[in-house]
Amino acid sequence: MKIKFNTIEQMLTLAANINKPLSEVVLQFEAQRSEKDPNEIWANMKNSLEVMREAVTQGLAKTEKSFSGLVGGDANRLIKRSKSSACLTGAVSGQAAAYALAVNEVNAAMGKVVACPTAGSCGILPGALLAAGEVLEADDDKLIRGLFTAAGIGMVIAENASIAGAIGGCQAECGSAAAMAAGAITEMAGGTPQQVSDALALALKNLLGLVCDPVAGLVEVPCVKRNAFGAAHALLAAEMALAGIKSVIPADEVIIAMHQIGLSLPRSLRETSEGGLAQTPTALLITERLQAGKPAV
Amino acid sequence: MHGVFDIIGPVMIGPSSSHTAGAARLSRMARTILGEQPASAVIELHGSFAQTYRGHGTDKAIAAGLLGFNTDDVRLKDALSIAAEQGLDIIFKTVNLGDNAHPNTAVFYLTGVLGRKAKIIGASTGGGNIKITEIDGYDVELTGEYYTLISIHHDKPGVIALVTHILAQESVNIAFMRVSRREKGSEALAIIEADHPIPQHILTAARSIPSVKLALLIPPL
Repeated sequence: MKIKFNTIEQMLTLAANINKPLSEVVLQFEAQRSEKDPNEIWANMKNSLEVMREAVTQGLAKTEKSFSGLVGGDANRLIKRSKSSACLTGAVSGQAAAYALAVNEVNAAMGKVVACPTAGSCGILPGALLAAGEVLEADDDKLIRGLFTAAGIGMVIAENASIAGAIGGCQAECGSAAAMAAGAITEMAGGTPQQVSDALALALKNLLGLVCDPVAGLVEVPCVKRNAFGAAHALLAAEMALAGIKSVIPADEVIIAMHQIGLSLPRSLRETSEGGLAQTPTALLITERLQAGKPAV
Repeated sequence: MHGVFDIIGPVMIGPSSSHTAGAARLSRMARTILGEQPASAVIELHGSFAQTYRGHGTDKAIAAGLLGFNTDDVRLKDALSIAAEQGLDIIFKTVNLGDNAHPNTAVFYLTGVLGRKAKIIGASTGGGNIKITEIDGYDVELTGEYYTLISIHHDKPGVIALVTHILAQESVNIAFMRVSRREKGSEALAIIEADHPIPQHILTAARSIPSVKLALLIPPL
């Protein structure tokens, strides 16, 4: 059977046809597309999972700053608080956010990450997935399945909208990553394909319109902390979908809306650093200091 | 349609898929086009590359690519000092190539250890993807997705036919082909992209054609 899809709706239909979860649809699609052995594809994804885990571990332990001096050490701060009795948000949300910070801090310090879908949004999926995985006591196979589901969602977004901040703003990067993570967690927690669809729609809807305005053009401020929010956000979207809350606007329509919003964004808010946070007095001062070869702060 | 690992991937050294991973791939492609280990390099950075290269480690990524490192090689972070230790001399400059050039463009002036010189222009086009747009003054379009044979040869009738004949004999299917030249009757460049690996002996056969001055095999990045 030919496995091909361009929309979330088509993914759901295929899943119903083969009576398997969405992750299986995505795995079979990739095997057909790449003409590779599914075992080899699985092994590649397992490697991605390992890289994600290693980045989380490294980032949580790390307290030094990035080259610019703007980020670093926050994952360590947050994980300590999340694991303490003072934690307000619940250990899982705090951990998801701390893991996401960890991955993005490693990224900013020229460490090894998996772009998912991009380097600027590389913390959301591993943060949410690994934190949820701990609660669900998920083994590697379940986590890898989650990554395939996430990949399928990202592919549909890339096909019908964009995953590049320069085209769609931050909603296209962090919004897509949160949608991917929300869908992945929902499947891992035993949600139906329809619940996966609702979860990704809910996650994406709430990040619509988010602009890409990096200070001094770096993948640091506000990117790193937005990943922390994105990871916690994805967990909540999954929780809502698993509770039976539906998205009134179907996932595919949310994706199209995201694309339309991206097209309406001025160039200054699409990764050019010519607007938004990047043009605040503090950001301009940081930019000036970095250009003069001085530390940013 | 994208593949799974276009979305969950690439595995890369941060911070930026375009300014770090893409820059490293671009640079490794330039090294492959030079065809030998580089001994010295002058790199001109344009646009966003010129403005933000230090903060994104673009200079380190370019050094890593010239050293032949992959985008996920943890040595990327230390590539400038590794290059210095290995005697690879790299100079970075900024340049303004005008509004028509892609904002993440780099110009590579490379000299190899055996003395070959090459000028290569390319851009990091986003998500780690790259495009080489000029080799030694020839307009090209090379993305590193395919198995590629490049030939620089005397511009006269029959040379291309000889090269494609060799490929046909080996049942290598040509996906894309592009021929360009600087002026009629002088030197010409052909880029042949194939779906499947081009065996080494095809390169040897292409090099034995008298009018072919230089032939290179470039595997996908």
